[in-house]
Amino acid sequence: MLKTILIRCLQIIPSLFVVVTLTFVLTRMIPGDPARAVLGPQASVEDVEKMRETMGLNQPLAAQYKDYMINIVKGDFGTSYSYNQPVFSLIARRIPSTLLIALPAVLIALIAGMLVGVTSAVHQGTLFDYVFMILALVGVSMPIFWLGLMLVLMFSVNLGWLPVLGMGDISKGLGDVIRHMVLPCFCLATIPTATFSRITRSSILESIHGDSIRALRARGIKESVVIWKYALKSALPPLITVLGLQLAGCFAGAILTETIFSWPGMGTLIVGAIDNRDYVLIQGAVLVIALAFVMINMFVDVIYMIINPNVNYEGGN
Amino acid sequence: MAKSLGLDQQSHEEILKKERKSNSAWSKLKRNKTALLGLFAVSVMVALAILAPVITNGKPNEIHPIDAYLKFFEKGHLLGTDEFGRDLFTRICYGARVSLLVAVGATAVGGVTGVILGLIAGYMGGIVDAVLMRIMDGVLAFPFILLSIVLMTVLGSGIINVILAIGIAEIPRFARVVRGQVLIVKKEEYCNAGRVIGISHFRMLAHHILPNTVSEVIVYGTLNIASAIISEAALSFLGLGIELPTASWGSILRSGRNCLNTAPHIAAVSGTFILITVIGFNLLGDGIRDVLDPKMKK
Repeated sequence: MLKTILIRCLQIIPSLFVVVTLTFVLTRMIPGDPARAVLGPQASVEDVEKMRETMGLNQPLAAQYKDYMINIVKGDFGTSYSYNQPVFSLIARRIPSTLLIALPAVLIALIAGMLVGVTSAVHQGTLFDYVFMILALVGVSMPIFWLGLMLVLMFSVNLGWLPVLGMGDISKGLGDVIRHMVLPCFCLATIPTATFSRITRSSILESIHGDSIRALRARGIKESVVIWKYALKSALPPLITVLGLQLAGCFAGAILTETIFSWPGMGTLIVGAIDNRDYVLIQGAVLVIALAFVMINMFVDVIYMIINPNVNYEGGN
Repeated sequence: MAKSLGLDQQSHEEILKKERKSNSAWSKLKRNKTALLGLFAVSVMVALAILAPVITNGKPNEIHPIDAYLKFFEKGHLLGTDEFGRDLFTRICYGARVSLLVAVGATAVGGVTGVILGLIAGYMGGIVDAVLMRIMDGVLAFPFILLSIVLMTVLGSGIINVILAIGIAEIPRFARVVRGQVLIVKKEEYCNAGRVIGISHFRMLAHHILPNTVSEVIVYGTLNIASAIISEAALSFLGLGIELPTASWGSILRSGRNCLNTAPHIAAVSGTFILITVIGFNLLGDGIRDVLDPKMKK
């Protein structure tokens, strides 16, 4: 077991290498001169040349790559020229903001998705089942940036119940921050809720028609215990797999959600960096999100192995 | 006696014919009501796109500032007008052309490249498989929308570049699906028989393995068109996709965002079209999967 987990952990090394290399290649392919971007269009050719020297852009690509790898291992992601701050500290400051909407969104989605999924499965074929499964289909198909706009239109513009932009001010009390969190969280939670409910429903349906559940019912165990304790257990492995993917997906979805709600997280940081052609910041932010993606997937697999030891990862197929 | 045997033979063939017909993929799909609903939604959108010059005024970029922000049905504009007084229905129909073209094109780019890579990785195995799949895993580590955004920054905006950006980001997903199928198919008896009689690798891949991965690719491709539509809209919404004034559903949504207070119908209408089309492709994809792979039906 421990060996399998260790092998799975080691398997991320090639992925990490590809991620780091691909990020380097992609950011070097972005058109435009980073030195010119730093100094602006008015800068003289000499100044731009000097800046290129300082930024190491005149070195051969292989040397640039070597420096880049060494710096990343050291935790040095360079300095953002639009913020004039180390990229690492910028990212470190933004990650908690993104987590502040991503984690509650996934948690709400998990609870709501399980509740809806179980209830739909138990009442299979009823109006409730049909309505919620249609809603789940709409949920997984939803362009969340559009949903965000419609939520703003309804709850902020028309009804005036919730604020439109920003993160709120903690000095005005926790309530202000929570009021600002409601719409982005709801937006981010839509797709995960729909996904969790569909998975829970199909897993529960599969298990409640199985022999073990029939046996439990025959022993006279209360129906609610049979469903919530035993049948739900069978839905856990697929839910855990999807949980990791959805959490990682929320990080990516935050790029669009944060843009709509001007939430100061990783998403707005990346979009701002692209607008400003801040290559160092784009490189750092993309790298951090991709690394988080790899790590989350690895943790999910390890948890999956622990709760489901029969899974064979060594074969890979 | 001979005559009755002949009749029996005839009716037997007719029964077989009927059975074959009722078991054909199309007949099964026709029996799946939700898939038909999806097909209907997709067909309507495709019809709007194809018939755009016939059913609209044919000028999606024609500006009439005096008619800006008209609501539904005002002055003969079915869906109103946008901030420049352009007819929204016309722009939606022409936008359907761009959005569907990008989605299908990106799926084709990702599908063809992914299928080739998946076939090679699965069939060759060993070091080729390991290297290709580790690269695919690395690319998969980038969240889809993030990779598309970075690729758009590299490529610059424009229809072809959006197709390439979304298509490239899709390659690893197709490659994995196909590789998994190839690993199963290549162990089948008919593949072993082919190897024994010494057929070439190309013939084995093209005539024996590829046809048996097609159903998976069709299902995945259909579902993928749905996500490509959302990706195009997301990229255009962020200002990285289709350049204005070209109409695409994403670019219309972006302009609708800027006048959400004055003309909320612009964002509402464009988003609704995206949603209906995505639901349509999802229903159709699920239906095709149920038909082609009944084991997956839940």
